[in-house]
Parts: sequence; C-alpha cells; structure tokens
Amino acid sequence: MSRIYDVAVIGAGVIGMSILRELTRYRLKVCSLEKMEDVAEGASKANSGIVHAGYDPIEGTKKARFNVEGNNIFADVCNELDVEYKMIGSLVVAFDDHEINVLEELLQRGKRNGVKGLEIKGQEWVFANEPNLSRNIKAALFAPYSGITNPYKLTVALFENSIQNGADVIFGFEVCKIEKDGDYFVVHSADSRFIKTRVLINCAGVHADEISKMAGARLFKIYPRRGQYYILDKPEKMPVARVIFQVPTEKGKGILVTPTVDGNVLVGPNSEYIDSKDDTATTQEGLDEVFEKARKVLPNLSKRDVITIFSGIRATPDTHDFIIEEDEDVKNFINVAGIESPGLTSSVAIGRYIAEFVADKLNAKRNLNFNPYREDIKRFSELSDEEREEMIKLHPTFGNIVCRCELVSEYEIVEAIKRGAKTLDSIKRRTRAGMGRCQGGFCLPRVMDILSRELKIDKTQITKFGKNSYILTEKRWED
Amino acid sequence: MEKYKVVVIGGGPAGLAAALESFKNLDDKKVLIIERDKFLGGILNQCIHPGFGLHYFKEELTGPEYAHRFIEQVMENQIEYLTETHVIEITPQKEIVAVNKKGLKRIKADSIVLAMGCRERTRGAIITLGTRPAGIFTAGQAQRFINIEGYRIGKKAVIVGSGDIGLIMARRLTLEGIEVKAVVEIMPYSTGLRRNIVQCLNDFGIPLLLSHKVTKIHGKYRVEGVTIAKVDSQLKEIPSTERFIECDTVLFSVGLIPENELSKKAGIVLDMRTGGPVVDNTFSTSQKGIFACGNVLHVHDLVDNVTLEAQTAGRYAAMYSQHPELFENNIHINIVAKEGIRYVVPQKLNKNFVQPFVLRFRVDNFYKDAIVTISNAGKILMKIKKSILTPGEMESIEISQKILSQLDFSNDIVVSLQNI
Repeated sequence: MSRIYDVAVIGAGVIGMSILRELTRYRLKVCSLEKMEDVAEGASKANSGIVHAGYDPIEGTKKARFNVEGNNIFADVCNELDVEYKMIGSLVVAFDDHEINVLEELLQRGKRNGVKGLEIKGQEWVFANEPNLSRNIKAALFAPYSGITNPYKLTVALFENSIQNGADVIFGFEVCKIEKDGDYFVVHSADSRFIKTRVLINCAGVHADEISKMAGARLFKIYPRRGQYYILDKPEKMPVARVIFQVPTEKGKGILVTPTVDGNVLVGPNSEYIDSKDDTATTQEGLDEVFEKARKVLPNLSKRDVITIFSGIRATPDTHDFIIEEDEDVKNFINVAGIESPGLTSSVAIGRYIAEFVADKLNAKRNLNFNPYREDIKRFSELSDEEREEMIKLHPTFGNIVCRCELVSEYEIVEAIKRGAKTLDSIKRRTRAGMGRCQGGFCLPRVMDILSRELKIDKTQITKFGKNSYILTEKRWED
Repeated sequence: MEKYKVVVIGGGPAGLAAALESFKNLDDKKVLIIERDKFLGGILNQCIHPGFGLHYFKEELTGPEYAHRFIEQVMENQIEYLTETHVIEITPQKEIVAVNKKGLKRIKADSIVLAMGCRERTRGAIITLGTRPAGIFTAGQAQRFINIEGYRIGKKAVIVGSGDIGLIMARRLTLEGIEVKAVVEIMPYSTGLRRNIVQCLNDFGIPLLLSHKVTKIHGKYRVEGVTIAKVDSQLKEIPSTERFIECDTVLFSVGLIPENELSKKAGIVLDMRTGGPVVDNTFSTSQKGIFACGNVLHVHDLVDNVTLEAQTAGRYAAMYSQHPELFENNIHINIVAKEGIRYVVPQKLNKNFVQPFVLRFRVDNFYKDAIVTISNAGKILMKIKKSILTPGEMESIEISQKILSQLDFSNDIVVSLQNI
C-alpha cells in the first residue's frame, strides 16, 4: 500500500484532529496517521475538559497566545461541530493572604494576556454563588469566560468533519521509521505500510520527542506527567456551579472540582512525573492526594458516589512552553509537541495557525467546498417525548434502549458504528453507553451484539480498544 | 392513554409473582407487565445452576426452570406483557411513560408495582486501583456470556467477592475450563451460604482468601495479573503481604444495588441502608398506590423469598386499585433496626392493616449464639434464639396476630440483637 499526500499528521488526538480539519479548508490531500483504532486514545480522552480563560500562562509564551486565541474561538467551533460547550466560568479560590496575593498576580497576568472579565471576588460573593464551598475560603479569582467541554467528543467531531471534507485517517498505523525521498517524507508503519507526504506534522503527544528524533529533527524531551481523577455519579443537584480551582503551584493548576457537560462531577487531577509514557494506572497515594485536596475546597465531597477512577498523562516538554515550529534543519517537518494544559483550549487556535502556515508554504488554494458543519448523533436522552416519538417513527431502533443508565438507544450505537466506531470504548465515548453508574454491567453484551451484527464480525473479534484488548476468548458452541 | 388496574414494572421473579397475585385478586383483570429485556424471567434466565425453589416448591430447580413456572402461569392466564420496552418515567399520579420500537406509550395505572431488580457494584464503585484493560467483568456479565451466549471469557481468573454469586461463578468458570486462581474476600468471613463454599470451592480445590483485597490490576490491553494483599481489621492493606497472581480475567462480585432511578424520579422516599424504597407491611411506598418488591426493595439471597414478598405486594396493589379508600388516612408506626440489625423490611406498620406479616432483616456482622428481640414501648414481645447469624443471610420472622394485638401504637417497634 502506498499513498501520496501533501500533508500527513501523526497522532489523532485533539491537536492532530484540529490541524487536520483546518487543513481541509485548503485544496490539499491530507491524512492523519494513528497507531490506535480510534481518535482521542491518548491525553485527549483523559483530561479535565476545561476551556481555560488564559490567566495562567506567562505572557509572551505560545501557551498564553494560543490559550487566549483558543478561548475566543472555542464557542464558535463547538457550535459548528455540534459539541457541548458550557461557559460556566471558573473560580480560583484562596485560603490566606499569600494566596490572595497570587490571585492578584493571576489577575494582572490575565489582563496582560488579554483575558476579559477577570475579577477578584470576596467571601460574601463566593458563598452566595457557591454555597457548598469551604468557609475557610477568603477570596476567589472569577473568570467568566472559562468553560467546560467534552474533550473526546470534540476530537471525534473534528475527525468526522475532517472526513466529511475529504481527509483520510489511517488507523493502526504506528510510525516506526521516517525517511526522506526527494521532496517527500516516506513514513513507515510497524506493520509494513507506508505513505509519502510533502509536509509532515508531529502531533504524537507524549511520544512526540521520539517522532522528532526519528525524522532527524530537533531533539527535545517529553516527560510524562500523570494525573488521576474520580468521576462521580450524576447528582440531583450539582455541588458546584463553576470550575473550582485552587491556587496554582509550580506543579500546575492543581486539583479542581467541576461539573462535566454530561452532568457528572469530575474531581482531579494530581500531578506526578512517571517513568513510563503509557502508565495510566491509578494509585492509592495519587487518589488520596486528590481526594484530600478536593475536600479542602468542597468539605462535603463523598466517595460514595464514585462511579469510576482513571488517570491521564500530560506531555510535559523540557522547554516549558508548547513546541510549535517547523524544524530548522528538516524542512517541511513541523513539531506540534509538548501540548500539555491548556492544550485542549488551544487546540482549535493551533489548528488554524498550522493550517495557514502550511497552506502558505504549499501555495494551496482555498477549498471552496469546505463545510464547517457537522451534526452530532441524535441522542434519546436529550430529546423531548414528542421528538422521541418522531424519531422512533423514522428509526424504530431509537425506541430500543440499550444502555439504561444513560438512556442510549440502539440507533445511536448503530450511528456511531456508521461514523467509524469499531471498539467498545469508541462506542462508549461517542454514545455514553457504558459510561453510567453500572459501567456497562447491563449494556456491554448488548453493545457487542450490535457491533458484531453491524461490522459482520464474530464477537471474539471485538476489542475494548484495539490490539489485544479482547473481551471474549473462545466460542464454545453455536446457536 | 391506555388504562390498567395494575402495572408491574419488571418481568423478573418479583414482577411475575406480583402480577399473578394481582391478577388473582382483581375483578377487572387489567394487569400489564413491562419488561426491558427480550424475555420474561429477568436475571434468572442466566442462572443455570440449581438451588432455586427449595423453600417455595420444595424441590431443586435451576433459575430458568423456576422462572418458567411463573411465566407459564402468566401465559395461561393471558396476562398482558410487553418485552423490549423501557419505562423512562413514573409520575406520582401513576402515569407511566414507556418506550419501545413501536413508539412512546403513556399508560395510566390505578396502582403500580416496582419490580426493577438491582444492578451490580462495579470495579470503579469500590475504587480498585491499577490499569483499565479488557478482561474485567462483573459476575452478571460473565454469567451472561458463558451461560446464555456460549463464550469463554478467559483462561485464568481471579474472583473478587465471596458472596453466593462469586462462589457459584467460581464453580461455573472451573466447569468451563477456566482456571480460578483464587476467590478474594476483603472481610474475615464469606457472606455466601455454607453449602456454596463447600460445593463451589472446596469440591474443586479453589482457594478462598479471607481478609484479602486486590490492590492493583495489571495489564495494558488485556489483564495480565493482579496484586493482592492481606488487610487488617480496619480493612487497610498490610504492607509486605502483597503478592502477584497471574491471570487474564478478573471477575467482580462485590454486591448488588437496588435500581431505583425511576423511584427517585417519582419522588419515592428511599431507605439509605437497603437502597430501596421505605415500605409498610402492605409494601406501599411513600407514594400512594405505588408498591415495591423483590431486589428493587432490598437485595435477597433466595428467590423463594422474593416470590413470597412479591405476592403480598401484588395482593395489596390489587386491593389498592379496587379500594383506594382503604389506604386513605394511613397511620404508620415505625419498625426500627437497632444494635446488631442492619436493616428491616418493611420499615413501617400500617395501622389500617394490622395483619400478620413477615419481617425480613439482615444483621450487621457475624454473630454466634445471639437473641433477636422484638420490642415495643419498652416491652419485649418476642425473642428468637439463633446459633449463627451472618450478614449474608437474610432472616425472616413471622409477626403473628398475637404479637400485633399487644402493640402500643404510640411507640416504635424495635428489632435488636443481644449476645447470649
């Protein structure tokens, strides 16, 4: 197999997919190379889902620039792609005078970065607006333009819109060798496939340093930094209305408590440098730290409502800023690396910047057929009874509830498969089937029935998330 | 809007028994069962092991056989039922919104019986550390894959939890050629029945590790093993007792939770300890005309008890639908669980229905030679000597007419436990 592209993007996370989608605005043949079986399989599936206002990064850094730019255009992009985005605002809470001074610094930095609406609020305002917060809080920095989104659904939406606009995404393509052949890069996969491309963009997340080295480009180091989280069941009443941060330390923005766009409560993450880039284990020390610190802000927080725990890995660069540049020595090789927080917020702005840069470089014309709009799957849980009735008339499977915790219908699962979902996790992320309080206890076998039927594969071939993640090992008898 | 005298939500053992009993007691026999799965019978359909019906039928049946006896009666009586139909809402006015492939249905019921059963606690709910690979199942999932669909789920397994389900699955996996390395139990005792420990573990040489927990799950794509450790009396792991067990499958059987999302939306008051609705001796919930029975009310260890309880609930539901006035001006006295008793069901006695009933309860720990007392207004009305009491075994006591006649209705009924 060989395919020839103008631009190839390594890594199908939110950064890679943002760039890919923006590239399809031009008349270019573009593709993404992803080693897993779905998009958002790395950091993009396991982060806080916060759209930051932009008061954290030091002024003049790429982080500051893309954070603020990204925040400004985030709502529009989510609107085009039919992705949930709620501008619920955030508070950084301070417990003593020293921390109040930090709030003041953040306020000034935010102003210099061009963040609008920042204000330091006193105790009275805080308790009137967030009555469940600790009475030990003395003041808080209020950022009205902070928000929440669903990071993997955004990635999926960017993927679907890229495909709509003519991009290719090649899954199971683990880049193992990069060669130069005249004007082209030849990119080889571990299973002996290759593609040729004029421009190669490295969005390999935590593995971006290895890819850069493979291309003979600039040497830098990515340190994996793990963060652990709790997800709580959907409460009858949200304990907090905004994203609640604590005063940041040198380790980052610290542990937050926030509603998610899906109606759960998210608590986390801590921050720990780890040895392995793939070590997404949760640990007692990590989770204890998260819980203790979150309790400081929200004293009533209870582990009783925990439905799952997970961890994600940040790609922390040794440069202390995003690495976004064409390589000095390897022309047409672009590193977009070390995109840790505020990477999600920055993703759409980075995508735009890179696509313009590449289009300019290749003298590409505008793609006049570019369609920025993508429609999400119609969700049973979000419709009125009248709308549900209408949908069932059109699609009877809309009336067959497969996931009872999250009220996900058979129609939604089939639709996710039609749009490219092949694994159980990819269905979970697209539809929420298995994401509720029973964590797939009821719906997992039913989702497997549908996957097997739609993909025409035996159930023993179905995996949780590709490679060797099989659920069933052997068929014992035929029906 | 379609109208029914009694609508039963859930077609498992509780729903079937409640529907049959309602049907028998109604003049206008408009009874409907709504079931979300393809078949009636509920979770019994996947419980192909024997041991069901010993009390109720005085013979040993498998789960599907037990269910079949009730399904047959439902068919013979031509009781209406809907399968693959999901109830999405119940209102306090006893309107039901249900959905299936044909559309959205709105149904008005004179009375409703909740029989939605329970769900399993998961790996996440008990905060099990480590990675999140494939090969981690709840016992129910494994049971469905193995018993109904005919798949093998792995080669070497560790089972977490030694209640009856965990024990029975240990045997089941072994019979299917899956090596069960250990059953790991965090408590110093198993909550399973003695006969199950013998028949499911001892007979197959499967080790039961009491006071142990899984401290970590290993594996990137598929489970590669677990680390287990001993725990102290506070259930905290003891350092240096950790050891690794190689396996590709971990099966969690760590408890059941009554499934009351619909009840909550209908504004029904729940008991924090049972996880199910608070009911009186007519099995009426806090919403008039809505009754509850089976595992949605509290988790049972024997289906025979579910059947008996559901029959009572079904009978009163029928009565309510024909004579709601009998349920007007309800006055209740509380039935309170005190030291040693974790919970009691029913939690209330309805003064309009002072009739003999069965009190079901669980103790909060393992007890040897103890006395259960039932008292009221400082007076002991009943004493029952028990040689062994365990949290895993549900206890039942008949509250007779004689006891009821001695009650002082201005005081609680108290159930408590004393060591001898």
